[in-house]
Amino acid sequence: MRGPIRRWPLAAGLAATAALLVAACLRLPHFGGDRHPYGDRAVRTALLQRTANTVSSVNFDQRALDTLGEESILFAAVLGTVVLLRQTRDEHRVAPQPAPVPPPLRRYGTLALPVALLIGLYVIAHGQLSPGGGFQGGVVVATALHLLYVAVDYRALERIRPVGPYELADGVGEAAYVLLGAAGLLAGSAYLANTLPHGTFNTMASGGTVPLLNAAVGMEVASGVVVLLAHFLGQALEIVGEEGERT
Amino acid sequence: MGDALDDALLAAGLLLVAAAATAAALCRDPARQAVLLSLLGLGLALLFTVLQAPDVGLSQLAVGSAVTPLMLLLTVRKVRRRKRHE
Repeated sequence: MRGPIRRWPLAAGLAATAALLVAACLRLPHFGGDRHPYGDRAVRTALLQRTANTVSSVNFDQRALDTLGEESILFAAVLGTVVLLRQTRDEHRVAPQPAPVPPPLRRYGTLALPVALLIGLYVIAHGQLSPGGGFQGGVVVATALHLLYVAVDYRALERIRPVGPYELADGVGEAAYVLLGAAGLLAGSAYLANTLPHGTFNTMASGGTVPLLNAAVGMEVASGVVVLLAHFLGQALEIVGEEGERT
Repeated sequence: MGDALDDALLAAGLLLVAAAATAAALCRDPARQAVLLSLLGLGLALLFTVLQAPDVGLSQLAVGSAVTPLMLLLTVRKVRRRKRHE
């Protein structure tokens, strides 16, 4: 199929999608209204499971299987990047020269790095209590480490970021989620069922499996983003082709 | 009074997102586009927070205004470096 003939199925598909979308939007509850059938049920279940942050309860308990899918998508994407951006036979690495960093930037970086790192870990650890969780905190941890590249230089970043262990941690985080799900199966109910004691509402030890799954996701996301950026940085700064391109 | 303030914040957030998104779409230089995309991420994060979705706002802030623009800038750097030698 080519030319105009190919456009007809496309136009039909687009028209049908648009019609369905409009029909669905017309039946949406009004913006800012007070009727939230799904929200009411989710909040009730979250309270029963002693999870203060309802969003985390939905993500890591009520719909934990969906999160396994999302986590696996990120894992597969990072894996694909590692394969695509690897060093090929006709390429070699040239260590980049250290670049001068203005002193105020250096001071800002050394101050901001530990603070950002701590905030990231806090967000992962408090996923069951306050907004955030493994995904958000994981990205904050990963970007915090890269402040070292901005404030000092690439070699300093490389020293605290050996890619091998981070790749391992990425896989361990992904596997931990799958295995925690299987633990629910072994405990006698269902895959990813929240079988642990639910603890006291609004304390660190509450929500059953929610904090554990958050930790697994935090580990996977933090190391996944570090590995992802490591390969982008390697291609942009180190790896050169045969023609001898230079920075 | 509270409702009026909510509406004003919502309108400001929507306007910021619309302006940043239009600017990012109209900009032809990928390096500038990355900076505008980062601004768009910040605007979306504010909008999600105003709409009482702080979890989504945090994700948007971390991914949309930090990681994605950084990946774009690194790609631009790699492509430009290669072009200079052809």
